[in-house]
Amino acid sequence: MTTIIFYILALVIAVFSVLAVTSKKVIRSATFLLFVLLATAGLFLMLNYHYLFAVQVTVYAGGIMILFIMAIFLTHKPGDEFSTKMSWKVRSSVLLAVGGLLLTGYIIVKNVTRVYNYVQSGEMKMQEIGTAMMGTEKYQYLLPFEVISLLLLACIIGAILIARKETSAGETDSDSDK
Amino acid sequence: MEYTILILLLPLLSFLAVGLLGVKLKPCTAGLVGTITLGLVTALSYFTAYQFFTGHKVNGVWETLVPYNFTWLNVGENLHIDLGVLIDPISVMMLVVISTVSLMVHIYSMGYMKGEKGFQRYYAFLSLFTFSMLGLVLATNIFQMYIFWELVGVSSYLLIGFYYTKPSAVAAAKKAFIVTRFADFFFLIGILVLSFSTQTFDFGILMGGDESIFSTALGSTFMGASALVWAMALIFIGGAGKSAMFPLQVWLPDAMEGPTPVSALIHAATMVVAGVYLVARLFPIYIGFTPEVLHGIGYVGAFTAMFAAVIAITQTDIKRVLAFSTISQIGFMMVALGVSTSMTLNHSEHGGLGYMSSMFHLFTHAMFKALLFLGAGSIIHAVHSNDMKDMGGLRKYMPITHITFLIACLAIAGIPPFSGFVSKDEIMTAAYGFSTGMGVWMTITAGITAFYMFRLYYNIFWGKDYVVQGNHKPHESPLSMSFPLMFLAFITIVGGFIPFGKFVTPDRTVYDIHLDWKIAVISVIVAVIGIALATLLYKKDSKRPAELAAKMQGLYKASYNKFYIDEVYMFITKKIIFNGISRPFAWFDRHVVDGAMNGMAWVTGWSSEKTKRFQSGSMQWYAWVFLAGILLITLIAILAN
Amino acid sequence: MGELLINTTGSHVPMLPYLLVSLIMFFAGIYGFFTRKNLILMLISVELILNAVDINFAVFNRYLFPEQMEGLFYALFVIAIAACETAVAIAIIINVYRKFGNTEVDNIQKMKE
Repeated sequence: MTTIIFYILALVIAVFSVLAVTSKKVIRSATFLLFVLLATAGLFLMLNYHYLFAVQVTVYAGGIMILFIMAIFLTHKPGDEFSTKMSWKVRSSVLLAVGGLLLTGYIIVKNVTRVYNYVQSGEMKMQEIGTAMMGTEKYQYLLPFEVISLLLLACIIGAILIARKETSAGETDSDSDK
Repeated sequence: MEYTILILLLPLLSFLAVGLLGVKLKPCTAGLVGTITLGLVTALSYFTAYQFFTGHKVNGVWETLVPYNFTWLNVGENLHIDLGVLIDPISVMMLVVISTVSLMVHIYSMGYMKGEKGFQRYYAFLSLFTFSMLGLVLATNIFQMYIFWELVGVSSYLLIGFYYTKPSAVAAAKKAFIVTRFADFFFLIGILVLSFSTQTFDFGILMGGDESIFSTALGSTFMGASALVWAMALIFIGGAGKSAMFPLQVWLPDAMEGPTPVSALIHAATMVVAGVYLVARLFPIYIGFTPEVLHGIGYVGAFTAMFAAVIAITQTDIKRVLAFSTISQIGFMMVALGVSTSMTLNHSEHGGLGYMSSMFHLFTHAMFKALLFLGAGSIIHAVHSNDMKDMGGLRKYMPITHITFLIACLAIAGIPPFSGFVSKDEIMTAAYGFSTGMGVWMTITAGITAFYMFRLYYNIFWGKDYVVQGNHKPHESPLSMSFPLMFLAFITIVGGFIPFGKFVTPDRTVYDIHLDWKIAVISVIVAVIGIALATLLYKKDSKRPAELAAKMQGLYKASYNKFYIDEVYMFITKKIIFNGISRPFAWFDRHVVDGAMNGMAWVTGWSSEKTKRFQSGSMQWYAWVFLAGILLITLIAILAN
Repeated sequence: MGELLINTTGSHVPMLPYLLVSLIMFFAGIYGFFTRKNLILMLISVELILNAVDINFAVFNRYLFPEQMEGLFYALFVIAIAACETAVAIAIIINVYRKFGNTEVDNIQKMKE
């Protein structure tokens, strides 16, 4: 049963990943990406990382996807298509991507048998995660957590600054809003 | 005597203040700041002299005081460069000379330079020069002396080139700097040889009487002479450059392009005697270990004295006449040092007389030569020309300048009772004591000196009447200019009566100057003959000098052209060095060195032309290459396993 | 459904299939990043790459060091950073759109001139 679910998810991920990067329409690419992200969330669930699952769904599939879709609506007319003619660039990229895939896959297949397979079942306690995130001991992550929070703040400010309409010398911000 | 450090610091402060704030200050404020500072320095110097010569004597011998000395740089184990203040009879004497002349020049310049562009700059440079010169004489070690020596050279360069819009002034400044710098190169080598072999820079140790420190220098020989002889000779070359000894005298006449007060200060009274001071400072080493070098200095001085005197006869630019007379007089001082045969000086043993007379002459010469230059400046100020043919009959218009100039002329000619007579007579005595030939040679030179000085005097103040052009009449200079003249004239009159032997002698004991009547009478007669000859030829405007010149045309022309020394230099530099050495170097530089550089530039351009497509700015392309590189490296790593 | 999945894990999906899935996702992202001319599409490719990395973090943590939580937290942080990056990137893209009227990557090259 588990195996079947896993392979369904794996198939979803593989197919929609490729579709997301080859589709001619932007909005479709974004939708395919959403499917991939949700399937990834499913994988996290299978690994018993419930918290990660929740974060993946809310932040990625929820937050980031909304951003993408908003951006697409702002910058594209519906029905815009992109040509995917086989230029030299595309061909070389296919070659490189497939080559890389094969090479890395070879390395993984060759090495992964050496590692010890072990799955601990059972749900991870939320309390445990919270303690680890807020603690200052070894294997606890208060500092990165705070750094991330600062980064988020900086990004909010930066995004606002960048996306703001530039005002010419005489104008004020309220003028430009009209 | 810790306050002596102020003597150094005050001019430096004044230089910084006037130099940095010069643009903001009014010209007269800048002048006042400089002059008042120097007034203080002069007062301090006099007080130092008073205190030193009334107190610091141990067993009848003048002490050497070092109120300040701190280690500035440590070089190796034993060698260190100090900065400090050294007080002994000759440095105190130099303090008095420099500060007096410098103060007079500062006051004089207030009138002379009035309204000049760059007045503040002028005063800043004067302060800088005074600072460096005082630092030079107060140096406690030979390296400090060298540092200030170079500073003096720089400030001299700046002041000669004061009128930097005039090409001739710029050329003269460059010439002075290059020639003296060339000599300083040897000075530096000399210092290095000396200090390397003795392991000290310090005058106190070098003169301390410990002969063992020279054993290394005396032991090692190079080309048949000991290292010490080489060192002392090389050091003298440095002194010869600053003091314009033959054949390095070429820069001094050209240096007259600077403002006249500067000539009085630097190129007559202070900087040019630095070489004499240097030899006097190292006198114990010269006399104790390398007397042959010292006598060589004497011969160089004797030749220079005569040589410059002969040139001075034919020059028509009054400042140049004075410049050559300066060279000649410094030659006298060098002779006096060179004819010394021992350190002792008392009634039975006269070996050290030359040292004393040299210092004495340095003192008196500084005063009367500064007076002559300032007088010349006053004349130039009045008639706006340097040339004798534009002058004549000026005695009616400028009585003060006339009288003071006459006093200075009499002093330099050696007429009693003026100061020049006494000091020159001591030099003559020392020269006759060394050898009769030297004495006769110097006596003849003294006669020529009297002749050309009075030729100058008559051509300026007598001779043909001054032709008044338009409504511009020559007039006496303002008080700021005539006061220094009168003050210096006063010193020139009474200077000879200073019992100089009480203060400065080689062994630092008291020596009473007494005239050698025989020699005194001879030199006065010779001087009077010279003056009479000049009177005969130049007092009335006549054709006789021109006829005489026509008769001795060859000699006259050679002398007028300064014996073609400049041309020889030009020949050596232009023809030999430029064509023979510099031209091939230039070719090498242009074709090989530049060619290599151009080749490199071409290769760079070519390769960047070829590679610029890699820098397309396309991020995707970069990422592509990046990933391809990683994969390649991974592949290689796997295959290598 | 969650309950069902939780109860059935513990058996037997080995590590390798997870890694291969993430590998495919990763190189799909790489391919997209190289070929796409539109900035938004490039950004989508980058999200794919980051997501593949997340899976790897989680898998390695679960299979190799199950008693620790490094992989989990790094996956969390990567998600947070991805969110930041997306926000800023989209702000820039909108700015580019205002300036040039489209979101082609070649426009960015023009900016260097």
